[in-house]
Amino acid sequence: MSVNERVELAHNAVGRAVPTMVNGKPQIPFLGAGRYQPRGRKAAPAICSNKDYPDSGDKRVADLETALRKCGLRDGMVISNHHHLRDGDKVALMALEAAAGIGVKDLMWFPSASFPSQKNAIELMEKGVIHHIEGSMNGPLGDYCTQGKMRGMGVLRSHGGRYQAIQDGEVHVDVAVIAAPTADFFGNADGSHGKSACGSLGFALADSIYADRVIVVTDNLVPFPCVPWQIQGNNVDFVVEVESIGDPAKIVSGTTQITRSPDRLRIAEMVAQFLRSAGIMRNGFSFQAGAGGIALAFVEYLKQMMKEDGVKARFVRGGSTKFLVELLQEGLTDYILDGQTFDLDGVKSIASDPRHVATSPFTSYNYHGKGNFASLVDAVVLGATEVDVNFNANVVTHSDGRLLHGIGGWQNCLFAGCTILALPSFRDRIPVIVDEVTTMTGPGEMIDVVVTERGIAINPRRADLLDAVKGSKLPVRPIQDIKAEVEKICGKPARPKLGDRPCAVVKWVDGTVLDTVWQVS
Amino acid sequence: MSSAVETTPPHSAEAGHWGKEVRSDVHVAFEARGGGGIEIVLESRVAPYFGTAILEQTRQVLDELGVKHARVAIHDEGALPFVIAARIESAARRAGAALGKRSLPEQHPLPPPSQKDRLRRSRLYLPGSEPKYYINASLHAPDAVILDLEDSVHRGEKDAARILVRNTLRAVDFGSCERMVRINQLPLGLEDLAEVVGESPDLILIPKVEEPEQVREADRMIGEIKARHEIIRPIWIMPILESALGIENALAIATASENVAALTIGLEDYTADLGVVKTAEGRESQYARARLVNAAHAAGVQAIDSVFSDVADAQGLRRWAEASRAAGFEGMGCIHPGQIRVIHEGFQPTALEIEKARKIVGAFEEAQNRGLAVVSLGSKMIDPPVVQRALKLMERAKAMGVIS
Repeated sequence: MSVNERVELAHNAVGRAVPTMVNGKPQIPFLGAGRYQPRGRKAAPAICSNKDYPDSGDKRVADLETALRKCGLRDGMVISNHHHLRDGDKVALMALEAAAGIGVKDLMWFPSASFPSQKNAIELMEKGVIHHIEGSMNGPLGDYCTQGKMRGMGVLRSHGGRYQAIQDGEVHVDVAVIAAPTADFFGNADGSHGKSACGSLGFALADSIYADRVIVVTDNLVPFPCVPWQIQGNNVDFVVEVESIGDPAKIVSGTTQITRSPDRLRIAEMVAQFLRSAGIMRNGFSFQAGAGGIALAFVEYLKQMMKEDGVKARFVRGGSTKFLVELLQEGLTDYILDGQTFDLDGVKSIASDPRHVATSPFTSYNYHGKGNFASLVDAVVLGATEVDVNFNANVVTHSDGRLLHGIGGWQNCLFAGCTILALPSFRDRIPVIVDEVTTMTGPGEMIDVVVTERGIAINPRRADLLDAVKGSKLPVRPIQDIKAEVEKICGKPARPKLGDRPCAVVKWVDGTVLDTVWQVS
Repeated sequence: MSSAVETTPPHSAEAGHWGKEVRSDVHVAFEARGGGGIEIVLESRVAPYFGTAILEQTRQVLDELGVKHARVAIHDEGALPFVIAARIESAARRAGAALGKRSLPEQHPLPPPSQKDRLRRSRLYLPGSEPKYYINASLHAPDAVILDLEDSVHRGEKDAARILVRNTLRAVDFGSCERMVRINQLPLGLEDLAEVVGESPDLILIPKVEEPEQVREADRMIGEIKARHEIIRPIWIMPILESALGIENALAIATASENVAALTIGLEDYTADLGVVKTAEGRESQYARARLVNAAHAAGVQAIDSVFSDVADAQGLRRWAEASRAAGFEGMGCIHPGQIRVIHEGFQPTALEIEKARKIVGAFEEAQNRGLAVVSLGSKMIDPPVVQRALKLMERAKAMGVIS
């Protein structure tokens, strides 16, 4: 039977019942933001010797199966992938199927995120090739997990949390398979060139440093040296050349679209007005916004206001899109610090403009470091599926408990100077502001502002922000007021009954357990 | 003579919409039965949260409609209760059940009655069969919302749209927006009135008015329904002139009833009637527009302009609105919330106008205080109409939030 048949639970600092043991490893319940400070030393990869690698630098092998064999892939090992190719990725399934081909069982698959096109991983779980997945799951994979069909427990980590888990030795990667839009035979690899270009390759950095064995898979092999190299060949064991690593149409979008919904545009404009009124939008400031419809529209409104007020940013954080690239080109920001690249304009820019810089979860998000960029950002605009009256928010599950999204960089971004959730107040009659979130993904103490089309709620902990916008025309209201208004429109939703068996856990950025995803009946 | 066919109403019918692209609506398939009570089949994208509530509401609505035996299949796309009720009622009526009965949603308190000469810079069109636009319409702060039963509603959907608009008037909070309804051309529009007037819309737009009698006919019917429902608040009328004859009869139409608050113009139909091309500059309708403005002012009602149909062209809209204000119009229609702000800016008095009006009003107040019959500013005597205009401009500017 399943390993999570009998699980001991403990209540953590935010009152959530969480397993004390996950996939055979003891866990620390969330102690509160900034409370858990582990001692000790980081994980370290084994010492290698050049003697074992060809002096010619040519590490090519015939195919993935050969590479996996040479890596010594065995039952029960951990195999990892990055998700920079998003829904267009072909390499992860190629690697898992190659593993199946050599008869390996019970792998832990450790992607930096999974996508709907990888739903064949379900078959591999059914066949016993994959034991369980630690990484974001949604769509069919998410349902497989929340229906309790996976043999192990799912572990959801933020991008920074994944780096932290590898670096701290919580997850040891045996074999990392890294899809590379361009590479040389030595294993130097780059994401911003080639027919399958995706921009940054930052999500693969930790894997390339800490995994025992590293395989680079490319469909654009160039003569040494591959310049620039985002992945250093010195960390790479084997290089495999394939026809195609992904479907370019699904790797990046041709054009990213701004929302057309008048309500969402209103939200976007209110967010920009908030930054302006609160004095956050000032010379030398910085911000981060994702690639969702509201976030893109926000950038457009903010850009207009920056021009009107003669304000320039020092840096903006990507997820980069055409809209950030335009800011850079029009001199409204000095730099783009880019974690992932969403559209063709972004890819073109990162490949050609030295002010458009690829970053990694190490520089941007890792909490167990000597600081990271996330806390240097003045304001961040994020989404959520639910937020409660105490400003706790959920991004991973639907209100009915089914897995919907990965955490992505969301948790890491909460460390910005001003954290803003930009949300419609209800979706399909389902109110977004609730009494208590289904799955806690971010503690309310770190969420400052909730902007809906019906008004702006500021966390009472942020008296400074309340003061800053006092006297402005912004519709600032208590969060309970907005909630009551929406419930009057929609009715108060029934709370779906969740099961009592954990099927996944949500980690906080420090590796402690923030909440549990329960099996859905 | 053809043989009389005895028509029996159908026993099953449908109403509403469902599908992947549909939001905030619901599809209801109603099948009347001879016995066996009520059977409800529910499929809803919000079932875990509102499944029980929807089933309960369905039973209640059927009960109010007097339906005892039926099979009702509901395919819900997150519709709000006032929409669910409207769709069930429409399906039941189409199936020949529930005749003469209504199921009204919970009443949202009515806003204060609308003033005859209130600000009407912008009226946002809301199609009478698209409920997803209603709830948040007032957040975009048009001066009015206009629930449309005419051009945006398919011929076969008029009955359902009427019921939906009636429920919307009753249940939806439109904030400080004036609640307008555009009915269909008479005589079909009279059926619209029968359904919606009981819910106290603030203003009825009557399309294609050509004769004053048409206004009087609608006005009489509104009066009768008001009396029956004991409604004492005003329901204003805005005739839409969209033909050569209508334009020629503008003054008679504007004075046909005390309840006419404004005249407006429909340029698509007007240019078609003339057999000319409708252009962006609108030279072909200059006469009609000028005539309408003149008639409206002669009758002491507002002149309201048509819509500007290129949603993407904010600059063109701004120019149109400014020209429209300069020609004597007080507002226009909008077909997208994004047009509202531009229109409001276009119909805003300039700083220079405000300054001048402020001086005149100051002089007027001083004359009043000193008991003088003649108002003068510096060496110039100010005529009473000029004073009146200045007072009105200041009052409007205040209502627009331009001055405090």
